[in-house]
Amino acid sequence: MEKQVILNKRHFELTVNRLCYQLIESHNDFSNTVLIGLQPRGVNVVARLKSQLEAILGKEVVCGNLDITFYRDDFRRREKPLIPSATNIDFVIEGKNVVLVDDVLYTGRTIRSGLDALLAFGRPKKVELLTLVDRRFKRDLPIQADYVGSTVDTLHSERVSVEWKEIEGEDKVVLYTPETNE
Amino acid sequence: MNNLSVEHLTGIKDLTREDIELIFKTADSFKEVINRPIKKVPSLRDITIANLFFENSTRTRLSFELAEKRLSADVVNFSAASSSVKKGETLIDTVNNILSMKVDMVVMRHPNPGAAKFLSERIGAKVVNAGDGTHEHPTQALLDAFSIRERLGSVEGKKVVIVGDILHSRVALSNIYCLQKLGAEVMVCGPTTLIPKYIHELGVKVEHNLRAALEWCDVANMLRIQLERQDIKYFPSLREYSMQFGLTKEILDSLPKEIIVMHPGPINRGVEITSDVADSKQSIILQQVENGVAVRMAVIYLLASKIERQ
Repeated sequence: MEKQVILNKRHFELTVNRLCYQLIESHNDFSNTVLIGLQPRGVNVVARLKSQLEAILGKEVVCGNLDITFYRDDFRRREKPLIPSATNIDFVIEGKNVVLVDDVLYTGRTIRSGLDALLAFGRPKKVELLTLVDRRFKRDLPIQADYVGSTVDTLHSERVSVEWKEIEGEDKVVLYTPETNE
Repeated sequence: MNNLSVEHLTGIKDLTREDIELIFKTADSFKEVINRPIKKVPSLRDITIANLFFENSTRTRLSFELAEKRLSADVVNFSAASSSVKKGETLIDTVNNILSMKVDMVVMRHPNPGAAKFLSERIGAKVVNAGDGTHEHPTQALLDAFSIRERLGSVEGKKVVIVGDILHSRVALSNIYCLQKLGAEVMVCGPTTLIPKYIHELGVKVEHNLRAALEWCDVANMLRIQLERQDIKYFPSLREYSMQFGLTKEILDSLPKEIIVMHPGPINRGVEITSDVADSKQSIILQQVENGVAVRMAVIYLLASKIERQ
C-alpha cells in the first residue's frame, strides 16, 4: 500500500481554521445553528470545529452526533450487519440551521442516509454539508458539500483516511494507493 | 463479532455470550431510536413478518408488533382462536400456507415445548420463538437481563433469584440460561412442588424460604402462578402461597440492602407481589416492558440481516 500525505499537520490546522471562519461567515454567532457529526468519523471533525469555534466566538456551539446505520441503503447487501454507534441529539432541530459534518465525502450515500435520519428529529430550516475531504467525481448520488476542507481526485481502489491527534497521534489526511503489479 | 451465530432464535440455550452482548449493544441503539420524535427506522422495508400466536398474549404480541413496525417491516397477525387451526389444520400446513404468501420471518408462540425448533428445521423463513409451552421464552430473558444491565451497569457477578412457579415457567428456564451465560449467579425459590426435581443440575441454587432468598440476592424476579398449566393442585391455596412466597413491602423494607424487583407480567396483584411493591421505586416492571421493544427490534434486525436477497 503506497501512502501519500494530502494534508500535513500544518495544513490540517489551516484548513480547519478556514472552515470555522467560513461557518461564522454564514451563521454569525450560531444562535440558530447546530453542528451534527455523522458517526463514526464525522464526530471527530465536529469535536475539533466545536472547540475552535467556541475559542473564536467565546460562546457555546450546540453539537450532536448522528448514527445512520439503520438508514443505510445496503442492509442485507453486505456480508455482516453493521454495528450502530451512538446517536446523541439532545436538542430540538425544528426550525434550526443544521450543518451536517463528515470527514470524507465519497459516494454521497452516507449523506443521503444522514438526511433521512435527520428528519426523524424534526424539520430543520436549512441543512448544509461540511466535509473535510471531498473525493470529487466519485459520487453515486447528486450530493455536493457547501464547505470543503480539501478536494482530491482519487480512484475507487484508493482509500482516503483522516487521522487525528487524539486517536492516531497526529493530525493529517492520507491517501492510500494499492500497489499494482501490472 | 458482529453477526449472530444462529439462524433462528428458538432458545437462549443455543446462543453464545457474544450473541447476547451483540443483541444488547444493538438494543442500546434501538432504545435511543424509540425515544425519538419519530420512532421508526427504514431498515426492514423489504421484509414481511408473520406473528403466529397459538396461545394468548397481550404484552409479547404488542411488543413484537411494535418492534417490527418500528423497523418498517410489513406485519401480518394470526391468532389460533380465530383461525383454521380450529378446523384441524396441522402446524406445518398452517405455516406453509402463510409462507407461500412470501413471508420472510415467523414470530411464533405455541403451547407445545419445542414447537419453534420443530418449525425452524422445516421451513425456509427465520423463526423467532415468542414462547413455546413450558420450554423457553428467549426474548423475555434477553429483556430481563438487558434491564438488569441497564439498572446495575452489568449482569456479571450479580445474584438473581427467580421466585414462584419454576416448574411451568418458560421465563425461568430462559432466564437461567441467559443470566448464567452472562456470568450471574442464579437461585430459584418456591414451594417444593413447583421446583423441578433436577434443576440443581443446571447449576442453580434452590431455596424454599423467601426471606433467605431475598437476603442473598441483588435482583428478585417474581413469577406468576400459571394456574392454566396446572392440571393438579401444587399447593393448598393461593392465599397460603401468597403468605409464604408473596413479596410484600414489609419484607422488602426489612432487607439489609435495596434489591431490584422484576416481573415478566401479567401481574396477579396480591398473589406473588403486592401492589405497593409493584409500584415502588425498586420495581423496574415498566422499564422491562419498554426495553422489550428495543431488545426485540435488535433480535429481528440481526436475524433479518441473514435473510438472503432474491
